[in-house]
This record gives sequence, structure tokens and C-alpha cells, in this order.
Amino acid sequence: MESSLETIFSNYEGKRENIIPILQKVQEEYTYLPDDMMAEIAKYTRVPASDIYGVATFYAQFRFTPTGKNIVSVCRGTACHVRGAPRIFEEVINQVGLEDEGTTEDMEYTVETVACVGCCALAPVMTINEEVHGDLTKQKVRKLIQAKGEENG
Amino acid sequence: MDKEKRQILICRGTGCESAKSPEIQKALEDQLEGTDVEVKFTGCHGMCQQGPIVIIEPEDVFYAKVKPRDVAKIVDQHIGEEKTVEKLVYQDPTTKKRISTYHDIPFYSRQKRLVLRNCGQINPEKIEDSLEAGVYQGLEKALGMSPVDIVSEVKESGLRGRGGGGFSTGMKWGFCQTAAGKPKYVLCNADEGDPGAFMDRSVLEGDPHSVLEGMIIAGFAIGAEQGYIYCRAEYPLAIKRLQIAIDQARENGFLGKKILGSKFSFDIEIFHGAGAFVCGEETALITSIEGNRGMPRSRPPYPANEGLYGKPTLLNNVKTYTNIPLIITNGSGWFSDIGTEKSKGTAVFALTGKIANSGLIEVPMGVTLREIIYDIGGGVLNGKKFKAVQTGGPSGGCLPESLLDIPVDYDSLIEAGSMMGSGGMVVMDEDTCMVDVARYFLDFTEKESCGKCVPCRVGTKQMLTILEDIVEGRGRPGDIERLEEIAWGVKLGSLCGLGQTAPNPVLTTIRYFRDEYEAHIYNHSCPAKQCKEFITFHILDSCVGCGLCRKNCPVEAISGEQKELHTLDQDICIQCGVCYEVCPPKVFSIEIRTGEERPVKEAA
Repeated sequence: MESSLETIFSNYEGKRENIIPILQKVQEEYTYLPDDMMAEIAKYTRVPASDIYGVATFYAQFRFTPTGKNIVSVCRGTACHVRGAPRIFEEVINQVGLEDEGTTEDMEYTVETVACVGCCALAPVMTINEEVHGDLTKQKVRKLIQAKGEENG
Repeated sequence: MDKEKRQILICRGTGCESAKSPEIQKALEDQLEGTDVEVKFTGCHGMCQQGPIVIIEPEDVFYAKVKPRDVAKIVDQHIGEEKTVEKLVYQDPTTKKRISTYHDIPFYSRQKRLVLRNCGQINPEKIEDSLEAGVYQGLEKALGMSPVDIVSEVKESGLRGRGGGGFSTGMKWGFCQTAAGKPKYVLCNADEGDPGAFMDRSVLEGDPHSVLEGMIIAGFAIGAEQGYIYCRAEYPLAIKRLQIAIDQARENGFLGKKILGSKFSFDIEIFHGAGAFVCGEETALITSIEGNRGMPRSRPPYPANEGLYGKPTLLNNVKTYTNIPLIITNGSGWFSDIGTEKSKGTAVFALTGKIANSGLIEVPMGVTLREIIYDIGGGVLNGKKFKAVQTGGPSGGCLPESLLDIPVDYDSLIEAGSMMGSGGMVVMDEDTCMVDVARYFLDFTEKESCGKCVPCRVGTKQMLTILEDIVEGRGRPGDIERLEEIAWGVKLGSLCGLGQTAPNPVLTTIRYFRDEYEAHIYNHSCPAKQCKEFITFHILDSCVGCGLCRKNCPVEAISGEQKELHTLDQDICIQCGVCYEVCPPKVFSIEIRTGEERPVKEAA
């Protein structure tokens, strides 16, 4: 664990302007930002940990809890909204057994909404592990989630 | 380019990639190995809904919705027997007519593609393609000019910022050029945060070298040596292709020390935005690159004088930079001949929502909204009735049918209560509830408000609460007036563009669709039949008893024997709408009604 943090640090100078790129790299590696790493980043950049948390909590990209094996992001862009994104979101959380955005207890799925994937012509859209699925209906969502479930055994 | 050469272009924009276009490319390459047919992939053609798109040259044949299993047919029939594969040819969604040649499709034939000139034409990952298309010729010419001449050329062209504000690009460049202080910076705003917009993404994915070229020219003109592209992390493909382009530009001497043998040195890095809408605002973007919470600050001082790290900084949008090489190559006169008196050049829009042809379009400034929606977009999807068009994203407004004949330019749209924005254009039909649309945008801006200034932080929250009350059946007399009062307070009192424009969706929907607000508040009905609190589902006598709705209903509210009329229990129904979605179109026996009494449910 320590060593990969050192590898990340070795690519950046310990300066304030590198906080966001470092946070992004850490999250890429661990899927979230663990508390102990935040303290290390604070030490390395010589910026107070409270300040690092301040930056990290400001941006939608950063998470503070581990994610499930599959990340389902439902687009809530305007084009998706008028073409039924709220209903798609409802179906996704129903299918994986969540009440709202979040991670399932078995750590299989993390469901989140994103501002816009930029595939508005295919609305409504969601991504499963960065793969884009468009022209969704409730039925299509059900099939996609069930297929993921089988794939994961 | 050899016009007679047989080549196959496969679109690999994000939309087409999601529909398996890389697989199609691979299959074509495998099956055509050893022939003289060139298979290449390109960036976005803009008609993502018809993807994956395959174009065959020199015949200019446009195949739409191609699947990997169609590849054999294209190879055997088109390439082998020289016969067009009719069933893959693009079919107009409104007229159902098949149109085989790319440039005859109304969606394209009425456009004027300047910013999108190379998108869909070149392989964005090969610099040779870009060079063949003339990219970097503008840079070469610019390096032979004086920086002062470049700035006056840009000024005279009349180009205005394509990020939405519409400030004169040439004047901005002029301020940076004369600003005291070193080093200077050139920033490209690719933080396309407007939901419902993907113009910048397509340009970055389809023609990254033209964006770099515009930035390098800007660097030379204002005397900067370093540039940054602030790109959303949600656009991984755009970031990947930009990075490839930057590396290639360095290898070919367009970036780095002593560019093309001149004394000018310039380099570009990508900064990955971490997901904050407010970072599209220039001072917030700069604060973010410096490693802080991306909050805006008051202006002046403007970034031209005190920007990144307190130094003079030029910040323009992706499309603004993409226009620059054209202006330098063809001259300001050529550019200012396009468009209207005060808005020059073209406008790029992401035309989406309830529209027959969704996609990315580019038109000369001054065409009317009607031309865009009906002539290019093919009208409203499924023959429904048009209700409104939304431009400018969360900062813009919803315009009704009566305003469809206004020309599209910066000033006319602002006068109508909306704005050009960076180019989202979402069409709404009779099934879209305008109060819900206002609620939707406020939900977005309330979440994205950075919280620094009170009018925006508190005002968006209060407006959202009132709108939620209205769509959820708790609207009270006086709500509309209260909304208007808060909206003006937020508009006039907020620090940055986010707050100043956040009330626009509320104000325009009240201005043009007040009757819908009143229906929700006073009659407990939703004219668009969207708001769950005000609708009931009913099974009509035409039901054939296929059982689909019964099987799909999540709460078992529907009962009935197979092949017999089904019934729906209003006491159990949760208005999820699944029955309406699964009822076969031929039968179509589910009706949504609004304004009817509903059984009172106990709170869960």
C-alpha cells in the first residue's frame, strides 16, 4: 500500500497545485480516498489535511468509501431527463436492491448519477464500468443488470 | 486527398463506440486485408442516434446503424459487386425515405461546418491525416505575422467567445497581449458541464489538432509559453485523443522549443477537471488548476491581467480556438461574411431531446430556431406536438412555439430570456412538464452552487423547495410570485455567472408557460401528465389481455385472466408507468389521466 503511494508521489512535486492530480491518481488506484492516505498527501504537499479534505469534498469525482465491483452511473443530463432518466434510475436501484444512490451491502454494485455523459443523442443513457449503454427502457435496464449479475456469478 | 481512392470511414465517437464501432472496424480490416481499400476510423459525424455510422468513399454512401454482422454484406455486396446495400442505407425517421449519399441527407445538407470541418473526416489519432486536411497551416502563416496583426485580424473577424458569454475574442486577446507581467498563460476551457451538451467533446475527440493549433496561435499572439486544457474527467476518450495529439505535435515540432524554426516556444498540458459545474466559470477554473476548491472570485481584476498564479491569462472555449486557424488562413473578411451583423461565424449545437434527428449540428448565425428544429432536426419525435426548446443549459431558458422564428444569435436569445450558452439545444414536446423542467434545472444548479455567495446558495435552495412543492402537490397560491421575487434577487445579487443565470429556467417557464404552474397549484393537474402526484393510470376496454402489464407491474396492482380485460387497482398503483411502457403499441390500452381524484395513501 505504502509503496504505490510513493510511486504516485514520485511523479508529482509536493506542491498545492498537484493536490487534485494526486487525489485522482490515488482514487484510480484504490477506487476511493482512504483516510490514512489523505494524511500522507497532506504531509507530502505540506498543505493541512483539513484543506485537502476541503478540496476533495468540493468535487463530485472524489469518493470516501470503497465502491462495489460494478459502477453503474445513470446520466441525469437534460436530454436524458426529458426522455425518462428518473424512471431509469428508479429501475436501476430497484434491480440492485438500493433505496438511493450508494453501494450494495455485498459490494457488487455502486449506483450513482452523473451530470452528463455527453451521449445525449442516445438518451436516456447509463454507463456500467465506463461502458456506455443508450436508448434505455426499464426492460433494457433489467436485462443489462441481470446479465452483469450472471457474469459475476 | 485522392478523391478516387476507395476508403471506408468508421465513426468512433463516444456514441458510436458504445454501439460497437471498434468491432466493426476490426471486422472490416480483417475481411479487407490485402486489398487496396483503406479502412480508417474517424471522430464524430454528429448523428450519434444513427450510429454506428460507416461511410464509403468516393461514392459518399452513408450506412447507418451498422452492426458487426452487417460487415460481410458490405464487403461482398458493396466492395465486391459495387452495389449499395439498401437495407443499411440511412432512413429518414420522419419521411421513412432512404437516402444513400451522405451530403444529400437533409440533416447535413443544410449545415455549414466550420468548427466541425474535420470531425468525421480524419483519423483523430493520426497527425498525417490532420496535416493532409490543412491543420497547422494557419499556425505557419501566423508565425510569419506580427502578434499585433494577429490580434487585429481576430478582432476584425468579429469572433465572439463560444463558451456562451459572447465577449469579443479579439478584445480579450488584446487585453492579454498588452497586460504587464510574465509568464503569461493560455487556457482552454473544455469543462463542458452543461447537461445536454457535447459539442466540445466531439471536437476534442474528432479534431484535437485544430484545438491545439488555435491555442498555439493564441500563445504566439499574447506572448505565452505555457498552455493548459481543462478537460472534464468524464470525457476519457477526449482526454486520451488530446494526449496523443499533444505528443504528436511535440514530435513534429508544433509544440516545444522553437516551433517550426521560429524563436517561439510553447507547450500544452491537460488538466483533468474533477467534476464541478462551476469550474466552467473562468475564475473558478483558474482557482481549480491552482489546487483549490473551484470557487469563483469577483472581477475585476480580470484574468487577462491577474489570472493563473496571478499572471496574465487568456481563457477561451474549445470552439473559439477551433475557429482561429480558419480566420488566420482565410482572413477576417472571409469569416465576418458569415453570420449576422453582430454575431459572426457559425453556431454549433447539440440538438437533443424529443427530436427526430438528434445530434451535433453547425449552422451560420442568424438561422431561425424553426429551421434548426424542423429542417435539420426533422421535427418532433414520433409526430408529437412541439412545446418548447431549451437553449443554454441550466443558464438558459425555455422558448415556446411563438418564438421559433427568432434568429439564433447571441443578442436575440438573450432578449427572449434565454442565452446561446455553449450550445445545448433540447427540444421538448407536449409530454414534457415545464414546471418539472424548471425543478430539474434548479435541482442541478442548487447542487452545483459552490456556496460562496448567499444569493446563489440560499436562493437556489428556496426556489428548488417551492418548485418541489408545486410538482409534488403542495403548491400554494402566491408561489409563482414568490418564485419570481427570489429569482430576480438571485439574478441581480450573485457573484458569478452560475448564480446570475440560474433563475433563467424558472423565469422563462413562468413567462411562457404560466398556465402550467397554475394548473399544478390551483387545479391539481399536470397538463403534460408527468408529475406522479397528479396522474392516474387506466386500462381501456380495448385491452386484449396479453398480460404484459400484469407481469411487469412491480406492486401487483393489475389483475385479470389471460386474454381477458385487465383491471388496475388505484389503491395499490404507485404510478411507476411500467404498464404504459410495456403495453404493445398496436394495442395501446393504457391511458394516463390527470386532475382526477386519487385514493389517499398512508405515508410509507
